[in-house]
Amino acid sequence: MFLTQAAGADWFALAPWIIGLPILGLLINILIGHRLGERAIGAIASGAVGLAFVVAVFQYLGLQAEPEGASVLVAEWIRIGQLDVAWSLNIDSLSVTMMLMVTGVSALIHVYAIGYMHDDVRFQGDPGRFRRFFVYFNLFVAAMMILVTADNYLMMFVGWEGVGLCSFLLISFWFEKGADGIGNAMAGKKAFIVNRIGDFGFLIAMFLVFWTYGSLQFEEVFHRAEEMGAAAGGVVSLITLFLLLGVVGKSAQLPLFVWLPDAMAGPTPVSALIHAATMVTAGIYLVARNHVLFELAPASATTVALVGAVTALFAATIAVGQFDIKRVLAYSTISQLGFMVAAVGLGAYVAGMFHLVTHAFFKALLFLGSGSVIQGIEHGHHNLQHSDGHHGNGHFDPQDMRNMGGLRQRMPVTFWVYLVGALALAGIPPLAGFFSKDEILLDASLENTAVYGLLTAAAFLTAFYMGRQVWMVFFGQPRSEAAGQAHESPRLMTVPLMALAGLAVVGGAINWPGVHWLTDWLEHTIEHVHAAELSPQVAGISTGLALVAIAIAWLFYGRRPMMEGQPDPLRRPLGPVFRALENKWWVDELYAAVFIRPYQRLARWLADTVDWAFWHDWFHDRVLAGGFLGGTGWLAWGFDLPVIDGLVNRLAEGLRGAAGRLGRLQTGYVRNYALTLFVGTILVLSYLLMR
Amino acid sequence: MNVPLGAVIGLSAVLFTLGVVGVLVRRNAIVIFMSIELMLNAANLAFIGFARSLQDLSGQIFVFFVIAVAAAEVAVGLALIVAIYRTRLSIDVDEVASLHG
Repeated sequence: MFLTQAAGADWFALAPWIIGLPILGLLINILIGHRLGERAIGAIASGAVGLAFVVAVFQYLGLQAEPEGASVLVAEWIRIGQLDVAWSLNIDSLSVTMMLMVTGVSALIHVYAIGYMHDDVRFQGDPGRFRRFFVYFNLFVAAMMILVTADNYLMMFVGWEGVGLCSFLLISFWFEKGADGIGNAMAGKKAFIVNRIGDFGFLIAMFLVFWTYGSLQFEEVFHRAEEMGAAAGGVVSLITLFLLLGVVGKSAQLPLFVWLPDAMAGPTPVSALIHAATMVTAGIYLVARNHVLFELAPASATTVALVGAVTALFAATIAVGQFDIKRVLAYSTISQLGFMVAAVGLGAYVAGMFHLVTHAFFKALLFLGSGSVIQGIEHGHHNLQHSDGHHGNGHFDPQDMRNMGGLRQRMPVTFWVYLVGALALAGIPPLAGFFSKDEILLDASLENTAVYGLLTAAAFLTAFYMGRQVWMVFFGQPRSEAAGQAHESPRLMTVPLMALAGLAVVGGAINWPGVHWLTDWLEHTIEHVHAAELSPQVAGISTGLALVAIAIAWLFYGRRPMMEGQPDPLRRPLGPVFRALENKWWVDELYAAVFIRPYQRLARWLADTVDWAFWHDWFHDRVLAGGFLGGTGWLAWGFDLPVIDGLVNRLAEGLRGAAGRLGRLQTGYVRNYALTLFVGTILVLSYLLMR
Repeated sequence: MNVPLGAVIGLSAVLFTLGVVGVLVRRNAIVIFMSIELMLNAANLAFIGFARSLQDLSGQIFVFFVIAVAAAEVAVGLALIVAIYRTRLSIDVDEVASLHG
């Protein structure tokens, strides 16, 4: 085939377009989008990302010819002394994996969003924001592409910040909505601020890298790191721990995961694109990219693994107690990201990347499916309002699973694709999630028992909460009138769902045991990866646990479906534990008590006492203004008036007095003058004579 | 006739003193004027006396100048007095004291 015969460099020359196309798309929509219809706007945005996917495929073809990859220089950027940073795209199997996954999933989500946002902008009452949404969406893809193609830390940081910005813009997309009319804006702010903490870690790590290795370019850094080896041991640990802080922020791990559930305030395609499939995977990508450094710092790598494992279990427990359909998925995402972080922490980079890709498929599918459900319910709710003419129930929450039920018959397509996604997430063979999760579990069982235990427990809970969700949403009787009126979403939304469902089914094929396509592929970039063989023991335990968990979920939620107004069946047997789960272990409250309120108190104290009372009232008003007024007052009344004026006035008075007295000499009588003249003459003469 | 220089100077001094006293004590402008003339001529007399005693003519020549100046002064002074009289109907110098301080 001529495709494979073409030299890799020809394909690599196209690489800048993978960033350029989404930017082109958003520019078109910004400049002339207002003249285009919704379909055209959506088509431009989706087309830009679709073409970017094609470019990513070209990169893949290029790598087939030249597996070592290439660095494509776009432009010189910063050159100060030792520091030489260029806009240079790093094309290797790792980055191309991310490119394919991000652009592919994004393209499907873009198409879905055309249908979803068409209704969403109408439900929210501002159709004008349709274009803005797709501009942000394309901007996000461009930023993500900068992140994954970067060949140096600084450029990666640009993408890292770019996705954070887009996340903020899209979470608070309906910024005037939400709790108290500010809830969405607060959620966006929270995501941004929590991400800043992680970004701070990334920045410090970047400074340390430059300080230690004298370069920001990945290849040079890794080369020098390997040369220096353990000589720079302590610094490498520091670098990797600060990178971990970045990972924890961006990939929503303990303790910085709190922003991700709140990020569900954004429209559902945002949740699917940013908070499930792509942006949150940046942390895993970061660790995989820096695997050389993490291999040099085993302690840090173990910390990464433990953080991931604990997060996986912790978030899974919370997901059990949630009622918001998207929040369950959000905590599930945190949990699954924990799996990936644990995997890359254990050195199982391939397993981590494998799960990253499959998770992107089925989590995007689940989120988009939940969006379909939510819009189905919202349609039902609106139909009710129009037919009955009652607008009374302003508190109706279309995302609350207690308001759903029985949607299996009303939304069959959504049900089936959702079921596929849920089973894939639960790790039921032969769906994609089974293979990727199992590979992680297998690596964990070989490397670290504690991590393995935590992850297995998390996998058990995963199957349970997904079972709970599917039974609550799709089975039984509708628990609200709106759910009874729900109907299936348009084809524009269901077709991407079906495509993603297909990927969720067959996605595992990329690294099937025995095939190891992904392992061989990533071996070009990440050295000493090992192919994981399927272990019947590990696979058996996890599959068995998943089936048991689903059975338990059926016992609680499937056998006797929840009725309207009935409390959660788990509430009684779990008692206070369920309350803890429902309240997310009070982590938000804990942070509020430990960080936010002291911070606010500090801020208030700084504002009221330090700024206002001290700086404003005392220093500014009293010391500066008072001192100035006092000083000028003294100068005016104490110095200018008595001394300067006094001097001049006294002089004038003295002159006037002298003039008056001298004037009296001028009598006007001629004889007086004559006498004076005479006496003077006599005096002069007598002086002359008596000399 | 040979008059000694001392007598001439003595007479000159007496005449000058009379003139001075006249200027200082009298209030009539014409009398003051006359007293000034008296002082001038006392000085002239002193010039003449010294000129003769020293056998030098420059003293006498000086007297001619003094007489000429005195004549000019009389012309100006009398004109002033006439002008003052016309406005004030008096030539009392004490009444012409509007320039006092």
